[in-house]
Amino acid sequence: MSGTDHDHHHAHAETASAGRPGYYDMMETAVRELLVEKKLIGPDEIRRQIEVLDSRSPALGAKVVARAWVDPDFRARLLAHGRSACEQEFGITFYDDTDLIVLENTEKVHNLIVCTLCSCYPRPVLGLPPDWYKLKPYRARAVSEPRAVLAEFGTILPDDVEVRVSDSTAMIRYLVLPMRPKGTEHYSEEQLAALVTRDTMIGVVPARIESARTPS
Amino acid sequence: MSKPAIVPAIGEEPIFRPGDQIRISDRSPIGHYRVPQYLRGKTGSIEAVIEPTLIDNEEEGYGRNAGSKRHYYRIAVPMTELWPDYAGSARDGLRIEVFESWLERI
Repeated sequence: MSGTDHDHHHAHAETASAGRPGYYDMMETAVRELLVEKKLIGPDEIRRQIEVLDSRSPALGAKVVARAWVDPDFRARLLAHGRSACEQEFGITFYDDTDLIVLENTEKVHNLIVCTLCSCYPRPVLGLPPDWYKLKPYRARAVSEPRAVLAEFGTILPDDVEVRVSDSTAMIRYLVLPMRPKGTEHYSEEQLAALVTRDTMIGVVPARIESARTPS
Repeated sequence: MSKPAIVPAIGEEPIFRPGDQIRISDRSPIGHYRVPQYLRGKTGSIEAVIEPTLIDNEEEGYGRNAGSKRHYYRIAVPMTELWPDYAGSARDGLRIEVFESWLERI
């Protein structure tokens, strides 16, 4: 980039941390340094776990959903036991030893997932949750007025569709299996996966042809 | 000749079956418990028994009976049971997993 089309006279948001770290930042640093100092964990283990987390993203969940759309046997296995289907078919490991229930959206039932207590999320298959998922307004309102929350995402459901909200509290994580959009009968599995965004697997929006990402 | 009767240990078999009506205990013990306050004292039904049993992380978190497992259930609670003025279909519902130690038969 040349200086003529982007003069640096204006201030950019600071990427480096400035000022005093917050209470929980300091607590995390203190606990981490103590654990390392007492040789309970080493820096390599911390780095390795960060690499584990970084290797998980909604692209994994999208592959699982697309396979379920094209392979009825896999779909049955996935709905019967989500974790083992992901492990066996895709090698997606559940490093945190949580279990996975896959919730199928149909013409009559719409599933939405939340963690009212904190931020439980199917990290092994989707990676890190979006910020709004962790904030109190979503956590409180998803269980008390789910239809209003869905409407704010543009998802307006008729009254004859049952809304089921699954609140994740301890050992179980959820993944929503969205409905396959109409008009995708000729799509390849890869093209289908590109329609499956993170939000469709949380259950706040349906999968749509218009939401296609560029296949990765 | 009949088979010898095998007597399972206490806690080995799940107490509840799918369809059973239950109340989630309304207790407030000191500590961190994975049963949200808004559900305590509410009634619902057992949708499924989660198999196999899972480590009771409420006890695990305090180092008590570390590694011990408990039966864990998927519970269905109607939204209208939780929120008397719930705006939405009467068929809308909540699903949540709760350890056996928090469930009462009704």
